[in-house]
This record gives sequence, C-alpha cells and structure tokens, in this order.
Amino acid sequence: MTARYRNLATRVIEPPDVQRKGEVGRSILRLESNAKVNGSAEYIHNLNIPGMLHGKIARSSVPHGRIVRIDTVAALGVEGVSAVVTGEDVRTLIPNPYYGPAFHDQPILALDKVRHVGEPVAVVLAVDPHIAEEAAELIAVDYDLLEPVFDEVAATKPGAPIIHNILKPAGTFPDLKYLQGCSGTNVALATHVRRGNLEKGFAESDAIFEDTFRNGKVIHATLEPIVALAEINDQNGLTIHTSSQSPSFVRTEVSRLLGWPENRVRVRTAYLGGGFGAKLYIKLEALVAVCALLACKPVRIALSMEEQFYTITKHGATVRIKTGVKKDGRMLAREVETWWNGGAYADIGPRVTQKSGFTSAGPYDIENVALHNYAVYTNEPPAGALRGFGISQLVWAYECQADIIARSLGIDPLEFRRRNALREGRPHATGTIMSDVNIEEVLDRLSTQMNWDQYFDHGTATIRRGRGIAIGIKACVAPTTSVAMVNIYGDGSCSVYCSTVDMGQGSDTTMAQIAAEALGIRAETVRIIHPDTDVTPYDMATLGSRSTYHMGNAVRLAAEDARSQLLAIAASALRTDADELECYDSTITSPSGARITFREAMASRFSMQAGNIIGVGSFTPPYQKPDQVTGQSSQITPFWMLGGVGAEVEVDTETGRVRVTKLVSVGDVGSAVNPAIAKRQLIGAGTMQLGFTLFEEMIFDDGQVVNASFADYKIPGMLDIPMNFTGELVEIPHTNGPFGAKGIGETGMFCVSPAIGNALFDATGVRIMEMPLTPERVLRALRETDSRPLRSE
Amino acid sequence: MKETWRRTIRFNLNGRTVQADIGTHETLIEVLQRDFHLFGARESCGQGLCGCCTVLVNRIAVSGCLYLAAFVDGAEVITVEGLADHGKLHPIQQAFVSCSALQCGFCTPGFILMVKELLERNPKPTVEEIRHYLSGNLCRCGTYSDIIAAVVAAASPSDERQGVVSNEKT
Repeated sequence: MTARYRNLATRVIEPPDVQRKGEVGRSILRLESNAKVNGSAEYIHNLNIPGMLHGKIARSSVPHGRIVRIDTVAALGVEGVSAVVTGEDVRTLIPNPYYGPAFHDQPILALDKVRHVGEPVAVVLAVDPHIAEEAAELIAVDYDLLEPVFDEVAATKPGAPIIHNILKPAGTFPDLKYLQGCSGTNVALATHVRRGNLEKGFAESDAIFEDTFRNGKVIHATLEPIVALAEINDQNGLTIHTSSQSPSFVRTEVSRLLGWPENRVRVRTAYLGGGFGAKLYIKLEALVAVCALLACKPVRIALSMEEQFYTITKHGATVRIKTGVKKDGRMLAREVETWWNGGAYADIGPRVTQKSGFTSAGPYDIENVALHNYAVYTNEPPAGALRGFGISQLVWAYECQADIIARSLGIDPLEFRRRNALREGRPHATGTIMSDVNIEEVLDRLSTQMNWDQYFDHGTATIRRGRGIAIGIKACVAPTTSVAMVNIYGDGSCSVYCSTVDMGQGSDTTMAQIAAEALGIRAETVRIIHPDTDVTPYDMATLGSRSTYHMGNAVRLAAEDARSQLLAIAASALRTDADELECYDSTITSPSGARITFREAMASRFSMQAGNIIGVGSFTPPYQKPDQVTGQSSQITPFWMLGGVGAEVEVDTETGRVRVTKLVSVGDVGSAVNPAIAKRQLIGAGTMQLGFTLFEEMIFDDGQVVNASFADYKIPGMLDIPMNFTGELVEIPHTNGPFGAKGIGETGMFCVSPAIGNALFDATGVRIMEMPLTPERVLRALRETDSRPLRSE
Repeated sequence: MKETWRRTIRFNLNGRTVQADIGTHETLIEVLQRDFHLFGARESCGQGLCGCCTVLVNRIAVSGCLYLAAFVDGAEVITVEGLADHGKLHPIQQAFVSCSALQCGFCTPGFILMVKELLERNPKPTVEEIRHYLSGNLCRCGTYSDIIAAVVAAASPSDERQGVVSNEKT
C-alpha cells in the first residue's frame, strides 16, 4: 500500500491515521446554520459600498452582427447617469481586452461585432439601479447583420458562418496551444481517445447498434444571481467583491488584463447563493474592474434572473453512439462522437469537451474504443460548466443505449451492466487502470433498493408504470492545486484559511472536520476564513467535485504541520518525546498521563496568550497528460466518481405527463467526511437533474431566449420531487483521499435522466432520444407509436 | 425627482415603529435593505415566483420584490430577522437548523416565513398540505425533503424534534 502511494504521488502522503478522532465520519450540522436561518449570512448580493455606482448592461439584440454605431447620447442625458462605457472605452484602458480560461476570445464589452443575443455591448453607470436600467434601454446600436448558426453539428460543416475569425487559446492549457492562430473553423477543440482496433471489434460483433441522442440547453438558475463590485483601494490596487467560485482565477485573469502584478488585485467572496458552475472564471469581474477604474468610483453590477439566461448555460450536445456486442451481451467495440454546443465564447467548454469526452464509453470494459469530441462555437449564449461538466449529456446517451441493447438481446438491463462493468485493476478507455471504485457494490445497492428481482406492476389502464436504472462515471479535473493554512492562536483556538467557496455544498463544515480530525480538536470549534486572495492561499477553484479531495488534502497537511509544531512545543514543556504525544479534544497527552492543553502549550512557548502556529499544506495530485493522438494516459484522474440511479415512473398515456414516483441515487463517495451532507448532495443534485430531465429547456427563437424567466422556465419545486427519494452512500476509502474521502457534489447528476428515460420505455415502450421528456414530446412519441400522430405545429 | 413620487411612511418593523422616506416606485425589499439594512429577504427571480423575498405584512406572506413599500404604511412587517427572541432562534428556525433544511441558504428565510404563515393557519399540517403550501418557494439546491421534515418537526413537541436530530448522526 505504501509503495503504491510513492509510485503515484508527487509528494508522499502517509496512509490514513490508524487512530481516528471521530471528527471525520460524523454528521455534524453545518457550521453556518444559524446565520442562514436568522438572515445574517453574508452574500456579496447584500454588499453596498458608500458612493458606489450601479451598472446596467445594454445587450445585443441580434445573434451575429457587426457593430456599426452605438448611440449613447440619450442615455447620457438621463439625470443621475454618470457615464456610459462601451468596448472602445475599455480599449483605452486595456488594449487587448479579451478573457477566458481556455481561449482569450471573450471581450469585456463587445468589440467590432456581437456573437450572441444578450452579449454585453455597453454599460450605464448611475447613482441608482432604476436610473441605470432606464438609461440602458435608451442605448441604440446599429448592426450589419451576419448569418448566424445555432446547431452544433451544422456549425462544423463547410460553408457555415465563422464566428471567430482567429482562434486565440489562452495558453493556460498547453494542449490547446497548437490551435493558436487557426482560422476558418468553429471547432474550438477536437479531442480523441483511441484504444484497441475499432474495425476489428465491430467485425467480430454479433450485432451493432447506432443511435443519436440530444439534449438542449438549460441553465444553473442560481437563486443568488451573479453579482460583483469593484473599488479602487488605498494601495494603488483594486478590490473586487464577487459571488465567484474561483477567486484565485479572477485575481490572475484581472491582473493579466490590466497588466498588473497579482498582488495589486484583491478578490474576496462570501457565501454563495448557489453556484453549480455558473460563477466560475470571469463573469462580471473584469467589467466591474474596468468600470471602477474608468469612473474612479466603486461600481456594482448585479444580474437579474433574466440576464443569467444570456450569461452562461449548460452545453447542448449531440451524441452519436455506435456499439458492437456479442450475443451474450459483451460489448466489443464502441465509437462515440459528440458535438458540444459551446455558444459564442468558449468559457470552459474545451475542458468540458476533453474531460468529459474521454469518459463517453461509460463505466464499461470495452476493448476497442474510439471517442471523438468537438467543442463548437455557435451563436447562442456561452456554455460552460454545470454540475457535472458534460457528464450527464453523455450518460444520457450511453445509458439509454445500454437499455436498448440489453432489451434487444433479451438480457436484464442490470445484468447487462454487470457483464460489462469496468472493474478495479482493468484499463479504462484512456489506458488508466481503474482503482478506488466499486461498480459491483453500486449495482448491488441499486438492485436491492429497487427490489429489482421482484415482480413490478406496470399497470393496465391509461396510467402505465415503469422502472429503469443507469450508471455513470466521471473523472476529476487534473492537474490542479490547493493550498491551505491552519492558524492556531494564543488561546489554542484555530482557524483554517482556504479559498474553497462554500456555495451550499457544505465545504466549510467538511474542511473544519478534516482539520479537526488531524489536530485532535472538535470540528464545531474550528473557524473557516472565507476566500480573500489577500488572506487565503491559492486554490484552483471550487468546481468539479475537487474540493474535498484536493483542498481536503491541503487542509489535512496544513493541520498536520501545525500539529507537529504544537507537539514539539508540548514535548519540550512536558520533557518528553514529541513522537509519543497524542492530541485529543484540544489537549496533548503523553503515555505517562502528563497533559497540557493547546492554550497552555501556546503560553509555554510565547510566555503569555500570544503568538501563532501556522501550518501550511499544498496539494497537487499526480497526472499524466494524455497522448494527443490516442488520448492514452497512465494517470488521467486523481479519482473516479461513480454513480447509479434507479427510477420508477408513472406515465399518463393520455397527456404524456411523466411522474417520477421513486428515485434511488447511489454514490461511490470514498469515506464520507459528513455522511448526512454527502447524502444531501446526492439528493440535491438529483433534484436539479430531475428538472433538466422532465421540463427544463431554454427555448430559442433566432438566438433569442423566449423563456428567460421563472414564469416560463420552471425549476423543480416541492411538488415535482418524488416523496420516495433516497441517497445511498457506497463508502470504500479512497487510497489517497483525505481520510479516505473523495468528491461527491456532481455524482448525483449523472444518471437521473437515462434512469427516467429507461423507466419511460419500460412503462410505455416508447424510446425518446432527446431531453427534456416534456408531456408534449412524450405524447407525440406515444401517438406516433400508436399510429395516431399529433399534427405538428 | 418630483415631490409626488416620494412619501414618508410609518410602520411596525419587527416590533418597533419606524419611519422611512421612500420613492413610490420602490419595493419593500429595496427599502428594507437600503434603509434598515435587513438582507434576509432578498430578490432573486424578480417576479414573485421563487419566494426568496418573502416578508410577512400583517401576518400575510407577500413577495417583497413586487410589493410596493408604500403599501406597508401603517402595517406590521415581520422579516426573518424579527423571529428570534433575544438571540434565541424561533422554533421554526431551530427546526430548519436541526433538520439541516438548508444548503446555500439563499431561499431559507423565505421558506421560514412561509412556514410561519402556514403554521399560524394550520398548526398540524399533513405532508401533502406542507408540499402544496410551500410549492411557491423554490430551492435550487434541492433540500425539499429536509424542509418538509423541518416543518413537521416545528409543528411537533420538542421531544419529537430531538428524534430528528439524533437520526442525523449516521
């Protein structure tokens, strides 16, 4: 075991402590519970700075066009307006004002042309938000219209309108550099995984299945809309207050844009009213920074719910999947081709494309595989990360097809998955050997929880019942770094400094439990210092279920560092060997029974209640970059997330309405740091994906979102969720996770849609290839099957 | 701005008589945040469809993002900040804590005030009644089942509530 650590890790991590303090594995209540029920929890949404101006964005009304003229005269004439900022004004401050984590393709305000409806064209700054809004509507823009393209497959065809004349990779990711200066294409990134001999695999197959699945765009709909404020500070720098999941990235990117060293930009966050990937990278931060510098006043810009629909979405995707199988159900070959609708700006789409794309063969042991993924620019609003980074689009395809194959061969769907399961020690499509996942256990739990072996009543009248299952897998983004500090004060109390953002997932509580376990104190007494790049160390971002594993390891290392410093002091005070000392409940004890509290130890070192012990931890898991041609890598991910969902549905065959009556969400989570929070993550993610499966869908008309409000775009409410909805944890300690833990935030998203789609088929015999499963779509399919098709609109 | 667009209102806010100079177009949320620094009620969807801005006016739950501040002249207004008694959480708040009926917390104050209205009208609601009553409040984190548990707990004697807490300790 120890040898394996040394082989895998860039830094040697000791195996988990034999003696546990019981802080990890305990379902403590969230540390911030009281603040969230009494109204005092801090959100950036609440922040007002004296003398600040309110910015309101004037947005493009066309999907693709050259800007001819921006008329700001009327807006400037409104009483209370102090300035109108356009892209040309931005240029006076930043000559090349393009940003983005993968490509420097997104202008702070539109320059020369617009690429989607809703693109920011100008900002009105005023003393009052109503005045700013009124004036923003008076800004008139003339466009030379250009032909738009919206479909992700059509955008890759010859002759499609080109959205970006030249591709501009950010350089952040070395494997995109070869695209530098490429022109004449809307494909921002094409990635491939090739393993075995695909043609031979298909030739040896008894049957071949080929299907195409689709899903439209949906949005995060964070209840705290995206908000940012910037102010010039007294140290010749900028302070940005933002509802961001990635404060460290914001600092790096804003300082790059301004040409400043990072230490002149301070970025701080508070609790986030939801994130789900919407609040990553740069959203409003560069814009408020520029506005504050141009206006020499603090500036606040807060999006409305409607504006969020034009800011960032989940990727629509088309997935073509071809699978060759033997009669006994063994899959021999699989080819998957996926087109990702990235919208007008790449945002993190290329990462979604690559990181999710390489998992598109599913959690299956298939010898011959080819996976092709295309990140495509279109004239829709930009798509980025949404809780699962593209995984649920792929699982929708490969798990619906798994059912199609199983049923066609007359094999039970669960048994089909068992026969093909990718087990420990076997190579994944990327060549990485599977470890620290237990697919058998996930399938067993599904079987038990769904009573899979028992008779199921499908109903006979107009209400038909069905059940379905699905499993799915995700890799964690790599390579990334987290740094943490643990500070022990003169009275022995302790704070953790980390840039992980608590957006509802409970990371404050998790980090407190990990620090407490390592230090031998009670988790409830630990304070978490919230992200502030002037105070808390670097963290890549709060995304992709990486925090528990990465920041958890950094916090653990920092706490162990602090602990060893404290034990050295205690050893000197107790005249014993530090190796023999134990920490428990803020007290250090020796085998002979001598005791000294943390407070006393600090006083013995600093002669009074004074001083600090600062422990530091930095964690970067090992990673092997995949081969550019074959996508092969010996270490593609620090850990795998594996999920499974079982669903039971009732379908009203007269209206097409699908009612989910039971959901079981199984997550392979390593050792749960806080089992109650982990289960809630499964259920919470499942609830969100339930909305994406059944009714959430952005509807476009010539690039315009026609349902950009909660009146027309419904998210799940109380009455939409099944009362029978359980979260099941499969807890097998991860070898390198902090106290065996790994990420969990996205796992519950993966499988909900195909489980419901498969249950719908089980109930009605109707297979729907495109999400969401709205009553209209289901009814049309039912009537089609019944040779009584409904008229099209 | 014209004088007719402004007026002075007096109302009872969380047990105290207060006064505010407001614009007649301003919403209750804007005035609570700007003049009284109360941020528990907050705007999210801006259309009265999510419940994040819920405030009790004369014990009736209203959407503070739509409700004009001028309308509360002479009324009694309760926000989530007014529920605790000298720092001691209201039983509904305590139930939300004990049942972990919150994640990001942005929707939580709105739910709590809606539950307060529910329990005043119907002290022992069934689960179905709870679901229907709270169907206008949205939670994107998906804590619905925990919220139902919290309402059940808040409507029950305190010893039953303890049972919910101990079940947490898996």
